[in-house]
Amino acid sequence: MREIFDSTVERLFADLVTPDAVRAADTGHWPAELWAALEESGFGLAAVPEALGGAGASWADLCGVVRLCGRYALPLPLPETLLANWLLGVCGQPAQAGPLSFAARGSLKLAAGKVSGVAVDVPWGRNVPALVAIAAGEVPTLVLLPVEGASACTLRSNTAGEARDEFVYESAVPLLAVPLPAGVPTDVLLLGGAMLRSAQIAGALQGMLEMTITYANERVQFGKAIGSFQAIQHQIAVLSEHTAASVMGAEAAFAESAETLARLPVTAAKVCASEAAGIGASVAHGVHGAIGFTHEHALHLGTRRLWSWRSEFGTLTYWSGELGRALCQGGAAAFWPSLVAGQLETSAGAHA
Amino acid sequence: MSIDQFKYSRIPPEAEALRSEVRAFLADTLKDYPAIRRADSWMGFDAEFSRRLGARGWVGMALPKRYGGSDASPFARYVVIEELLAAGAPVSAHWFADRQSGPQILHYGTDAQKDRHLPAICRGEQYFCIGMSEPNSGSDLASIKTRARREGDKWVVNGQKVWTTNAHRSHYMIALVRTGENSKRQEGLSQFIIDLSLPGITIRPIKDLTGSEHFNEVFLDEVVLDADALIGTEGQGWSQVTAELAFERSGPERFLSSIALIHTLIDAVGRDPDALQAKEIGRLAARLVTLRNMSLSVTAQLAAGENPAWAASCVKDLGAVFEQEIPELAQLLCDIPPTAEGGCDHAQVLAYLTQMAPSFSLRGGTREILRGIIARGLGLR
Repeated sequence: MREIFDSTVERLFADLVTPDAVRAADTGHWPAELWAALEESGFGLAAVPEALGGAGASWADLCGVVRLCGRYALPLPLPETLLANWLLGVCGQPAQAGPLSFAARGSLKLAAGKVSGVAVDVPWGRNVPALVAIAAGEVPTLVLLPVEGASACTLRSNTAGEARDEFVYESAVPLLAVPLPAGVPTDVLLLGGAMLRSAQIAGALQGMLEMTITYANERVQFGKAIGSFQAIQHQIAVLSEHTAASVMGAEAAFAESAETLARLPVTAAKVCASEAAGIGASVAHGVHGAIGFTHEHALHLGTRRLWSWRSEFGTLTYWSGELGRALCQGGAAAFWPSLVAGQLETSAGAHA
Repeated sequence: MSIDQFKYSRIPPEAEALRSEVRAFLADTLKDYPAIRRADSWMGFDAEFSRRLGARGWVGMALPKRYGGSDASPFARYVVIEELLAAGAPVSAHWFADRQSGPQILHYGTDAQKDRHLPAICRGEQYFCIGMSEPNSGSDLASIKTRARREGDKWVVNGQKVWTTNAHRSHYMIALVRTGENSKRQEGLSQFIIDLSLPGITIRPIKDLTGSEHFNEVFLDEVVLDADALIGTEGQGWSQVTAELAFERSGPERFLSSIALIHTLIDAVGRDPDALQAKEIGRLAARLVTLRNMSLSVTAQLAAGENPAWAASCVKDLGAVFEQEIPELAQLLCDIPPTAEGGCDHAQVLAYLTQMAPSFSLRGGTREILRGIIARGLGLR
């Protein structure tokens, strides 16, 4: 399924997600026709079980799609829709048509069937009809909230102009409320968001790497292509190493995630991707020089996203702090066995 | 090259099944093994330990059964060596034979060479070193001057090798030597299996900055070799050497050299780390997980008969940066100064690995050489 997904999406994006289309979206234009094309292809429902009307694709099948979303700077909440519909499916609920988003952080509470509180940093919030979130209450509950049911809305956007909105709910009636099944952690949306961003960062870095190589081979100074200078070569080598690390991290995270998102691999992916994002953007801009700093050049379509995506759904500090605390709790003897198992091991391994 | 070479490859279950056996063996064998010796990782030389591993079938295990190996998959070998390294087992004696010389002899060797070397390698009894660098040929390896000339059915070798790890404790050296004059420097090079007990060979250990003796000068003065000391094809030494590089540069020894210090750091920090300690330990763990996946991905490519030299260089360079950063972080995270003598385990391991760290980006190809290879692979000229 992976190859078909990758090639289909790549063709679609190469045709439709042009730098001009991305620039237009960055200034607030919602590319409805592009969403229609995606919806027609069925990708919004890809991660939904077949029994619930989706394609039943695994996260492993979808890693390439999400990487491509990053690579083309897709100005639409396709990754968010995938995750939101997936979680609905995990909770036994049917997928929603149309674009969908989610709130990974906030203070939503469910009481007497009504939701109150704040949903923060909702990607594409203003552009979607509804968002999913986990509301606290007697038990953690998955809620589907209509955007127009919010009593207040603060519009924000990230460094790339992508909507990251805040909604206040006061005794709003959710479209759906279902207890979070046992085994689904209450931070599932934060974890899922981190997984999505790690793949988008990997994709954006891959695109930027190719752009940077092409530029270094074309741009002539001192009578030769700047890519023939060792100082430039070594910087681009470092960019490629970090690109490879972010790709590997994302691939592992998606491959190990199924009904349950694989916490340790996702954490590793987001930490490595967040680190790679800053290093990669710095090298790409350094090599491109002043032309890469212009609005006209397409480089910033990647770099301005990297500068936000690395912080979204948990910074490097947040996720490495979580992992580091857990590993110290386990003690030195469990460190290596935990990394090998891809999950925290409490029992001691081989070495004392 | 392509970034997409890095496909996620899980260790197959039959290889994974070995892990608990290896861990149990190590827990037993290294029960009272001190932390400072675990820090020696693949520089720790212990012939008795190598023989015990050989008896378990864990040396040369990827070699064919008829030569004493186990026909094991590269992943099975990977499980064994990563567990050995993570535990800090003293694997140096057989390391180069297991990783490099054995597979090379299998690939290029004559039947006589295979019979002479492979069974002894698999028993953990025959040790190899790799003779590459010379006094004026480090990164610029193709400029080597050690020469072998034909005399009747013999070869006579003259020259000098340097930085040869374990030469003073090995039985054989596989050396890259000039055998012909060609306009292209990479041509006219050949590899020889040199018996280090032969007359004319002088081996002088060079103390490293810690005072330990790992590497050596090897002088070759009119050393007479039998015709079948030549391994592979005369004049093909360069391509034989470069074919090994992916094996040499992608293994877990390229990012686990400082793992003993992560272990003592976690012990020193305790169960309740502060925010900075938690963040940095978590960040190291995240990078280690990713490096391991990259290394396993290269292993899968090698197993499929591909030559992932570019991807291997990525693993080696990122891995060296990682290994070198561990002592830097460790000394920031705990208020425990390094101690070369006395002091707690952490202080001693910190002192040792801080001093060893510069070698991590020298051995097996310098940072600059690797980044040059990576850049060329990316299409930069």
